[in-house]
Amino acid sequence: MKKIISFVLCAVLICTSAALFAGCGSGSGSGSSENKGEVNVYNWGDYVANGMDGLKDVVAEFEKETGIKVNYTTYDTNEELYNMLKNSNAEYDVIVPSEYMVTKLLSEDMLMEINFDNIPNYKYINDRYKKLPFDPEGKYTVCYDWGVTAMIYDKTKVDKKPTSWEALWDPKLKGQILMINNSRDAMGIAMQLCGINPSNFTKADVDKAAAKLREQKPLVKKYVMDQVFTEMEGSQAAIAPYYAGDISVIMENNKNLDYAFPESGSNLFYDSFCIPKTCKNKENAEAFINFMNKPEIAAENCKYLLYGTPNDGALEYLDEDIKNSELTFPSDEYIKKCYTFSDVDPEVYAYMQEEFLKIQTTNN
Amino acid sequence: MKSKKLSIPYIIWMLIFTMIPLVMIFISAFTNKNGSFSLEPFQKAFEHTGVFTKSLWIAFISTLICLVLAYPLAYMITKMKRSTQRTVIMLMMIPMWMNFLLRIYAWIILLQDNGPVDQVMSFFGIHGHYINNTGAVIVGMVYEYLPFMVLPIYTVMSKIDGGLIEAAQDLGSNGFDVFRRIVFPLSIPGIISGITMVFVPSASTFLVAQYLGGNDDKMIGDVIESYFMTDQNMASALSLVLMVFIFVFLVIMNLFGDEEAIA
Repeated sequence: MKKIISFVLCAVLICTSAALFAGCGSGSGSGSSENKGEVNVYNWGDYVANGMDGLKDVVAEFEKETGIKVNYTTYDTNEELYNMLKNSNAEYDVIVPSEYMVTKLLSEDMLMEINFDNIPNYKYINDRYKKLPFDPEGKYTVCYDWGVTAMIYDKTKVDKKPTSWEALWDPKLKGQILMINNSRDAMGIAMQLCGINPSNFTKADVDKAAAKLREQKPLVKKYVMDQVFTEMEGSQAAIAPYYAGDISVIMENNKNLDYAFPESGSNLFYDSFCIPKTCKNKENAEAFINFMNKPEIAAENCKYLLYGTPNDGALEYLDEDIKNSELTFPSDEYIKKCYTFSDVDPEVYAYMQEEFLKIQTTNN
Repeated sequence: MKSKKLSIPYIIWMLIFTMIPLVMIFISAFTNKNGSFSLEPFQKAFEHTGVFTKSLWIAFISTLICLVLAYPLAYMITKMKRSTQRTVIMLMMIPMWMNFLLRIYAWIILLQDNGPVDQVMSFFGIHGHYINNTGAVIVGMVYEYLPFMVLPIYTVMSKIDGGLIEAAQDLGSNGFDVFRRIVFPLSIPGIISGITMVFVPSASTFLVAQYLGGNDDKMIGDVIESYFMTDQNMASALSLVLMVFIFVFLVIMNLFGDEEAIA
C-alpha cells in the first residue's frame, strides 16, 4: 500500500516537474525560427477588437504576423488584477492596469521598465499621453486608452437633459435608476456631490459618501456593471452612470437614449500597457505592445471600444463620427473639469469597498 | 486489497481538490492580512448576519416550493407507462443541457417590464413589476433546482415494490392509507436527498440574485464573491460560516431521515 502511494506521488512529481520544464523551454525558446514562444496577456474582459462587428480579431492578427502564441486571460477589476499578480503563481507578461493601479504597482516595485527600442510604434502616441502623472518619467507604461464617466438616460423617461449627478438622486425616477456597481466609481460620484475630491480621501469622506449613497438606495432599481447594456437597450431603466465609450455603444442600439455630462466634471481614467516584474517573455511582451500600437490595429480597438485612443496614427483610420464623438473624445474643456483617481491608502480603500458592499446588503 | 488499490486515484483526487483547499480556507479564515492568527475576519463576518439570514430564508422557501411541486409530479410520473416516464424525465433534463446563466437571462427577458409576463398580465388589467425583487430570485431558484428535487424522489418511488402496495390494498387500505403508510415512508430517502440537493446549492448560489434581484437582493454567495477579489481572509471566514450552517443542516437532515426510516 505504502509503496503504491509513494510510487504514485513520485509519478505525480515527475510529471509536474517535467511539465514545468517543458513550459520553461517553450517560454525561453524565443530564438528558434518556427517556435517564437508565447506571451501571456492579462487584460480587461472584452477590451480588444475580437473579430465581431466586422472588425479584425487583433490577437489572432498578432499571432499570424509574429508567430508568437498569445495566452489571453481577462479580469474585471483592477483589484482582481492586483490580487492575481500578488497572490498567485500565474505568469503574466502584459497587463493593462488603470492609473491608480499603476501607482500602486510601482510603489510595490512590481513593474519592469519597458525597452522602448522594441516599441517603435510608440512614436504614434500623442505627447500628452506620455509621461502621465502616474509614470512621470514614462519608463513603465504605454497608454492604451482613456475615457471619462458620464450619464446615459432614456429620453422617454427623463424630461430634460441632466446636468449633474444629482439626476441619479431624482425621486421622480424611483425604481428606474441604475447605479454603477463598482465601489470606487459609485463612491466617486457621491463624493463629488458631497464636495469631496474623489482623487484621494479619508475614512470620514467615505462615511459621508456612503450616507449619500444610502439616501439614493431606495430609488435605485439595481446596482449593475455589464447589465447596464441590456437594461438601457431594452428600455428597462431611465438613467445610469457609466463609462462614456460604452455609452456610445449602448446608444447605437436604442434611439431613445442620449448622454449627458455632469457640469462638475467626472472621472478621467487612463488604462496602460505594463510589464510586470514576473514577466518571462519580455521581448514578446514588447512585440505585443508594439503591435497594438500599429495605427490600423489601434484604430480597430478604438472602433470596437469607442474609448479614446492616444494613438495619433489611428486617427486617420477612424470615421468622422467617431472622431467627432464627445463620448469617445471628450472636449479639452470638459477634461479640465475632470479628476483622476490616485492610489489610496490600502486600509481606507478596503474600508470603502466594505462600506459600498454594506450599502447593498443592509437596509438603512 | 484490490479494491483499495482502485480507490487510490480517488483518494489523491480528494486530497488535492477537497482536503487541501478546505484546509487553506480554514487557515485563511483565521488569519489577518499580515498573516498572523486573528479572529478579525469572523468579527467582521457578523456584520453580514442579515445577508446570511436572507440567503438561508430564500434557500428555505425555494426548497419548500420545489418539494411541493416535485413530490406530486414524481408520484404522477411513476404512475405513467414506462415509455412515457422516460420521455417526461427526458423533458425535465433538456433545459439542463443549456448553460445555467443563459437560462437566467431567459428569465430576465420573460419577467422584464413589457416582457411576455407583463404583457399578459396587463391584458387582464393587472400592472406590476415582476423582476428585481426577492420573488423573482425565488422563481429563478425554483426553476434552476426543480429537476434536482424531482429526480431523486422519482428514482426512489419507482423502486417501491408493487407487491407492498398490493399487500396493503389486500389488507383493506384505501388509496390514501396506501400512500400514507407505504409510499410516503418509503419515499423519504428521496425527499431527503432532494432537499439536500436543492437547499445546499441554493443557499450558496451567486449570480441568480445579481440578475433577478433588486437593489438589496444580495445573497451570501454574491458577498463572498465580492470579497474574494479584495479580502480573501474575509471571504474564507464567510465561506467557513456558510459551510458550518450547511453542515449542521445536513446532520439534522440525516437524523431526521434515520428516525423516519426506523419508524
